[in-house]
Amino acid sequence: MTAGGPAAEPAVRTRGLTKRFRSGQVAVDHIDLVVPRGAVYGFLGPNGSGKTTTIRMLLGLVSPTAGSVELLGSSMPGGGPVVLPRVGALVEGPAFHPYLSARANLERLDAVDATASPQSRPGRIDAALERVGLTAAAAKKYRQYSLGMKQRLGLAAALLRPRDLLLLDEPTNGLDPQGTREVRALVRELADGGATVLVSSHLLSEIEQVCSHVGIMSRGELLAQGTRAEIAETGTTEVRVMTRPDQRAHVARVLTGLGLEDVRVDGEVVAAPLGGTAVEKVAQAVVGDGVDLLGLEVRRPTLEDVFVRLTGEGFDVDR
Amino acid sequence: MSIVDTPVPVAPAAPARATARLLRSELRLVFGRVRNLVLLAGLAAVPLLIGTVLFVTQSTPVAGQGPPFLDRVTGNGVFLVFAALVSCLPFLLPLCVAIVSGDAIAGEASTGTLRYLLVVPVPRTRLLLAKAVAALAFAGAAVVAIAVVGLAAGAAYFGVGDVVLLSGDTIPLAAGMLRTLGVVGYVIASLTGLVAVGLFLSTLTEVPVAAMASTVVVAIVSGVLDALPQLSAIHPGLLTHHWLDFGEFLRLEVDASTLLAGLAVQGAWVAIFGALAWSRFTTADVSS
Repeated sequence: MTAGGPAAEPAVRTRGLTKRFRSGQVAVDHIDLVVPRGAVYGFLGPNGSGKTTTIRMLLGLVSPTAGSVELLGSSMPGGGPVVLPRVGALVEGPAFHPYLSARANLERLDAVDATASPQSRPGRIDAALERVGLTAAAAKKYRQYSLGMKQRLGLAAALLRPRDLLLLDEPTNGLDPQGTREVRALVRELADGGATVLVSSHLLSEIEQVCSHVGIMSRGELLAQGTRAEIAETGTTEVRVMTRPDQRAHVARVLTGLGLEDVRVDGEVVAAPLGGTAVEKVAQAVVGDGVDLLGLEVRRPTLEDVFVRLTGEGFDVDR
Repeated sequence: MSIVDTPVPVAPAAPARATARLLRSELRLVFGRVRNLVLLAGLAAVPLLIGTVLFVTQSTPVAGQGPPFLDRVTGNGVFLVFAALVSCLPFLLPLCVAIVSGDAIAGEASTGTLRYLLVVPVPRTRLLLAKAVAALAFAGAAVVAIAVVGLAAGAAYFGVGDVVLLSGDTIPLAAGMLRTLGVVGYVIASLTGLVAVGLFLSTLTEVPVAAMASTVVVAIVSGVLDALPQLSAIHPGLLTHHWLDFGEFLRLEVDASTLLAGLAVQGAWVAIFGALAWSRFTTADVSS
């Protein structure tokens, strides 16, 4: 690592990044994205929350209405010619020429890359196809590919060369559970190799396990960002008391008496955010008040709780 | 040592070599596509069709009947080249140019491959230039195909010999071939303006058929306006006005000024629509 070198800067940094479409719709609203080097950054948000538009701006495909983008220390879009060869990207699904074979499509992408060596091309294409499990289907025309195979080919294209940064927009779209696991393994492998990976998804569960960092988008705004632990801590720790049905109301009164707020009966348990109250105190108070305590649980907040709280649970797209 | 510590060596090839590789890839894309090859074959069939009809019916058209040069074909097969070009210029050649140039950017946008080309990265200006050259190369191939098949069919059906010029003077066959080359070159150059128009329209849409159709419409409307005597003031600047001036090559003294006027008009259309295409393509958001 060179002293004060590029590794000190985040792999991706945006400042006040904004996109307002001609329709007047603000797709991305002043977001300050920071993806540290070496991170696997889960870029989460419902469909239509502005993730893809953000990724397009990172890559210089869409010009921001306001704000700036830095990729690997170079400002975009001006630094594109220098920095983009080090960036592999999957943007809004794979796209290839339908009447060309998978291999011919990769050959074309590599041939138009001014910085790629034609000598090493066949070897790199083989390696990329192998890595995503498409070796056997390399000669097939793209239009005969299934959705999952297309997605894999998109990943192969992003991996044609060693990359320092990968921007993967919904890489698990269209994949079966097995394929999804493979993508997760691939992301982990890339990160282990030292690359920074930004993975977007509208499904937390698809990528939660591989992320070191998380950013949560909703309606064009970046609502939360940080390490997984940091984000999870913004959630609320809950105490859940199990008792006999006829004593639930009693328990609720005891908890309220302890100063807990938002006490509610949740199915067979009485639950409340713990706040600053010690869990021992809750146990003592409940037992001391003559309640038959059948069980007591402290539920730590999960990333999912935070995600759901910030983005809502419905199926509705953001807009 | 991690990848982060050792940035991927980025050794940009000399711009000339990179451009050559891009261009080769574009040409392969255009000439490798079945649709385009069918189009080429269709155009090449026109002289064959005309030649066969004349040969089978064994009737020499009366001068002034049918398209220019048709009456001379049975006398000298070389004229089949000119008759075929005249037949293709109003519609088939513009169609061919429109399909390839209209598809250039819009086609990549509609399949989504444009965004992946740009993040490779391929600089937008360089991509546009490569697309333009490939489209022009295809138009050129179409003209050459018509000429080659025309010459072959003309020679086979009617034989070739010394060329009788429009003035009635006769020049040797070799000189006639040279003039035929001039005709081919002029016709190709005449299509450059339409290539630029098609390319510009192609940057406006993600629907290739829309760009193709509009390009054909431009050529046809230009032809219609050219036929209206009331608009004679604007005729010299029309895209298609000078297209048939290639007949100039068949005069004893080729009048360079006539040909240069035609080339200048094409140059102007290329400059205007090339600049429009460039300014649009280099600034537009790629949201396809």
